[in-house]
Formats: sequence, C-alpha cells, structure tokens
Amino acid sequence: MESPIISVRDLTVSYGGHRVLNGVNLDIQHGEVMVLLGASGSGKSTMLRHIIGLERPDSGTVHVQGIDINHCSAQELKTVRRGMGVAFQEGALFSSMSVEENIELPLRELTTLADPVIEIMTYIKLASVGLGEAGKLMPQELSGGMKKRAAVARATALDPEILVFDEPSAGLDPIVAAELDELILFLKRAFQMTIVIVTHEMTSAFRIADRLAMLYKGSLIAVEDKASFQASTDPRIRQFLDRIPENIAETESVHRRLRELAGVTGAGE
Amino acid sequence: MSVLEAIGSSVIGQLSYLGSLTTQFRSALGAFPRLLPFAGRRGRWRSALKQMSAIGVDALPMVAIVAACGGSILAIQSASELSQFGAMQLVVDIVVIAFTRELGPLLTAIVVSGRSGSAFSAEIGTMVVTEEIDALRTMAVDPVELVLAPKYLAAMIVVPSLTIMSSLFGILSGGVFMYLKMNMTLPIYLRDVANAILLRDVFTGLVKSLVFATIIVQVGCIEGFRVKGGPEAVGKSATSAVVKSTFLVIFADLFITAMFYMAGAK
Repeated sequence: MESPIISVRDLTVSYGGHRVLNGVNLDIQHGEVMVLLGASGSGKSTMLRHIIGLERPDSGTVHVQGIDINHCSAQELKTVRRGMGVAFQEGALFSSMSVEENIELPLRELTTLADPVIEIMTYIKLASVGLGEAGKLMPQELSGGMKKRAAVARATALDPEILVFDEPSAGLDPIVAAELDELILFLKRAFQMTIVIVTHEMTSAFRIADRLAMLYKGSLIAVEDKASFQASTDPRIRQFLDRIPENIAETESVHRRLRELAGVTGAGE
Repeated sequence: MSVLEAIGSSVIGQLSYLGSLTTQFRSALGAFPRLLPFAGRRGRWRSALKQMSAIGVDALPMVAIVAACGGSILAIQSASELSQFGAMQLVVDIVVIAFTRELGPLLTAIVVSGRSGSAFSAEIGTMVVTEEIDALRTMAVDPVELVLAPKYLAAMIVVPSLTIMSSLFGILSGGVFMYLKMNMTLPIYLRDVANAILLRDVFTGLVKSLVFATIIVQVGCIEGFRVKGGPEAVGKSATSAVVKSTFLVIFADLFITAMFYMAGAK
C-alpha cells in the first residue's frame, strides 16, 4: 500500500493543563477526501491547526508527504506548505487587498512567474470558483459564500496536492453550502487533490467524504468509510448522527446549585 | 514561595517578550534587502512607500503643530526667567539646543507612537483575529517580511525626516516669539540660530530618532502579533503598544543622552 500523504502519530496537546488531544493517530491517503467530525470542543480544530503546522504538539508527530513538519528545516517546511492550500473558516482574505490581489499573493511571493502569467492564472482560479467577475472587489464587499469561494481560489492558487478546509459550510445557507460541496468534489475529481475537511455539518460530510474520522473529547473514536460510519452502533457516533441532545440544563450540579440558592439543604429533604 | 514564583514567572515573561522582540527585529532587518527598489521583491518597495505616506506625510501637520507649540512654550518660559538677567539672546540658544538634541526627536516619537504605533498593533492584531496571519504562515510567506518590514523601513526613513521638520518648526516658532517680544527680525534670528546649531547636536537627535523609530515599530507590531482572543484583545494591544513604546522611548532617550554626555565629557 502507498504510504499516507498525511500521517499523525500519538498527537497529544494540552492548553493550560487541559488535555485537548489525547494521543491521536490518523493516516490520510493520497487523493481521498477525509472529513474530520466532532462536536464543538472535541479538538478537531486543534488537530487541524497541527496538521497545517501552525502549532507545535506537546508530543507526537505529524508527517506531511514524508516530512516531520515539527522537526524539519525551514526549507523543508516551505516545500510542505507550498504543497498545501488552506481555506480558513472565515476566509481569512487580506482585507487591505482586492480579491484578485489576494489570489495573486501566493503566486507573486512563491513563484517567479511573469506578471501577465500571474494575471491569467489568477483569472482561471477565480473563474473556476465562479468569481471571474469579482476580482476587483474588496473582501468586505463579498457575501459569506463568495468569501469562502475566494478563499478556495487562493488556497488552490499554487495547485497544491493537499487542500485543507476549516468548517467550509459554517454560516452558509443550504444552497451556497451545497455549491461549495460540489466545488470540493470538482477539485478532487479534476486535480486528484487530497482534501481534509473539518466540519460538523453531516449532510455535507456524507456528500463529499471518502472516509470520516470522529473525534470525541480529544480522542479519535472512529475512522471509517461512509457506509460503515452511517451504520455505526457506537452510542457516541449515534448521538452525533441522530442529533440527540446532551441534557445540559438538568444536570446534578445544576440541581445542587439551585438548592443552595434557595437555601434548601440536602438534609431537609 | 508563591511570591518567589510570581516574581520568577514575571521575569520569565519579560525575558520571553524581549526574546521575541529581538527575533522579530533581526528578521525585519534581514528582510530589508528584499524591500529595496529594483533589487528587492516586487511590490515590497511600493508597500514601503505607502507606509511612508501613512507614517510620515500624514503625521506632518500634527508634528508641525506640536513642535510649534513646544517651541513657543520653551521660548516663553525661558524668556520670563532670562529677561531678569538681561540674557534674552540666550533664548535662541536654548530653543535650538533643546530642539535639535531633545525635543525634536522626542515630540516626533510621541506623535508617531500615538498615531502609528497604535495603528500597527491594531492592524496586525486584527489580522491575527481574522486568521490572516495564520493564512500567511500556511502560504509559507513570512508575516514579518510582508507586514512588518515595510513599516520598519518606512519609519527608518520618515521618522528622522519628521524629526528635522519638528526641529525646524520648533525653532521657527521660537523666532516668532522673539520677533513679537524683542522685535528681532528673521535674518538676525536665523544668524543666531546658525551660530547656536551644532552638527553634533543634530547628529545626536537623528541617532535618537532612529532608535525611537525602531522601538515604535517593533513594539507596536509585536503587540499586534501577540493578540490572543477577539476584538477586545485588539483594543488592549493598541493601548499597550502606545504605553510601552512611549515608556521605552523616554527610557532610551535617557540612556542615549547619558551615553553622549559621557562620551562628550572626556
């Protein structure tokens, strides 16, 4: 079997004494769409930030294309980053630059292409996400969906092998979210990109995923293909899939506190 | 024990701040060759020019007004004392020496720190909050080179220029006072200024202005880069940028003044 393009081993992360990730192992293969699922606070965004090398883990390793991104030379890290495009949750477009300049930036910074070539490439990237006419606009003038598509155009500017999405459908209406799903599938088909997506949007996850990984309180509890994930009997996965609410208002600690506030002691009952 | 721990952790915090400041300063200096016109990377020089306009040209009116006020105040205050000894002509010397050595660079630094230091930290802090800085890092683009270095290069050029303008306006406003009070005409005033001005003082002032520019840009930017959390943290970083840089500017001023004094005393 081919070696995985991203390989996470024993990834452990704590913030201020609180364990966020607990020895997570995950292999992502070439050309697959891996969806990282999990409730809020499950550690999925933290895991993503470690995969894209924005933070260093307490222990464990992350290998991208065979390179340990936390123990490599600056040059190697640069190579890894060139091969990886990231589309952030809110787009993270540079607000002082037009949409066009945003997409041109990686091309200008990391290649020696001539200006006319850069202009053509920028237009192609923008047109491929349906923003061919929006190049001159400023990011503030775009709608939420347009911002995300512009972010995709920027992330794919250097034709990366790996494309990473942080919550692509968050804050989008269902139609725009579906358009974004189709765009992701198109990118996979057309360029054989490996795509990693963090989301909690189930409809979108099942539409685009090849495999799904589920994080639960900092641990990876399942890495499975779509069919077996949907058929899972694990109560933690079922709760997520069947949208069963956690009883947050009726806990023992709430009752105790209410009794305290009312001046009723346990002995009086 | 807890007191010792508190002192220790505060010292470690300050040292780590100083450490990141040094690293940032070094990589900003390292990026300078790529900022130069023609020889540097495309777009960088243009970005530095933009910053020169924002930090320098836009600050000129305020620097001029502050310096003119400062010059008048100094002239009035010293005149009220010196007139008792019939030494009014010394007012010119006082204004000239004070502005070239001290007030020109200091007033300029305070204006630039308030205007641009806070703007740097707010701009970069917002970029941190909106993940723009993260986006740059994932693109393998160094945020220090792209965002900070043009500001630094610009400040190193315009702050000394503003300092010269500040001294000029301060000294001229002293001239206006002397004309009103003593009927001293401009040519005579300028002749006295030319006699009082020393190249060494101008040089001291310019050295100071370069150090102040470094403090304002580096502190302003690091406060932005260290933003954690949301919009509230951006506001705090802007305050802290101005407070820290003003404090450090005055401290550095004392240090440099003492150095030149000791060097001159030999």
